[in-house]
Amino acid sequence: MFTSAFLYFLIVVPGTCGEMCMSRAMKIVGEVTDFRPHAIARVIFRVMTVPWFWIGITLMAAGFFSLLGMLSMAKVSFVFPATALSYAVGTLGGKLFLGERVTPQRWVGVLLVCLGVILVALGKG
Amino acid sequence: MTSSQGLHLKTAILIVIMVSVAPLGDMFLGKGMKQIGPLPGWAPSQLFHFFFDAFTSSTVWTGIGLLIAFFVAYLLVLSWADYSYVLPASSISTLVVALLAYFVLHETVKPLRWAGVALICMGVFVVGHTQPRTTER
Repeated sequence: MFTSAFLYFLIVVPGTCGEMCMSRAMKIVGEVTDFRPHAIARVIFRVMTVPWFWIGITLMAAGFFSLLGMLSMAKVSFVFPATALSYAVGTLGGKLFLGERVTPQRWVGVLLVCLGVILVALGKG
Repeated sequence: MTSSQGLHLKTAILIVIMVSVAPLGDMFLGKGMKQIGPLPGWAPSQLFHFFFDAFTSSTVWTGIGLLIAFFVAYLLVLSWADYSYVLPASSISTLVVALLAYFVLHETVKPLRWAGVALICMGVFVVGHTQPRTTER
């Protein structure tokens, strides 16, 4: 039980935290309103000067390699609930760490997505 | 158009771009790597040929280009939208993947998978009716 929880932690937390860091980095850069290629290139160069971006990239890479490692060791059926869990953990993280207002309506939507992801994984198996 | 409608529209456009290009990128990358075949061994010459084939394959580069486009769209949408909005909304990609599997790759898609995709679509519909941005600018 403890081992499973730890393995799920390794798959879900680094990737989700990485995406949250990326969100924070982009909020620092500010809302993009100009979508011409040179303006987008400027935004990309600007976000690369924000430390949150590099922390995010590192954590996302760690999450990706944890998932690959886990897939080589555990059955896919063990790993797939982690994908569903990451939607709930990410939403909670958005509320707690990014200060987003997650309404009950948004929670209902996230719950439906989580259940759907589990069914999709079972349907592929 | 009100600013709220404008925000919903540009968020939706970016999410549609994200969920269209990512599965296509995965498909091209997968197809390109299958054309190259598995790594025959770990000898330096074998490694060199493997990476040379990978990096001179137009299919692999198409896949990489599409995945870069996905990442840029993802960054752009996060510059204004909540992470807790973008994360569940982008799960609509499972619909794109199932449609690609069924119509392009001619795979059998089980009813259970379609049921899951339907639940995800309902979830995205519900999330899509919340405000994309709830934090101060």
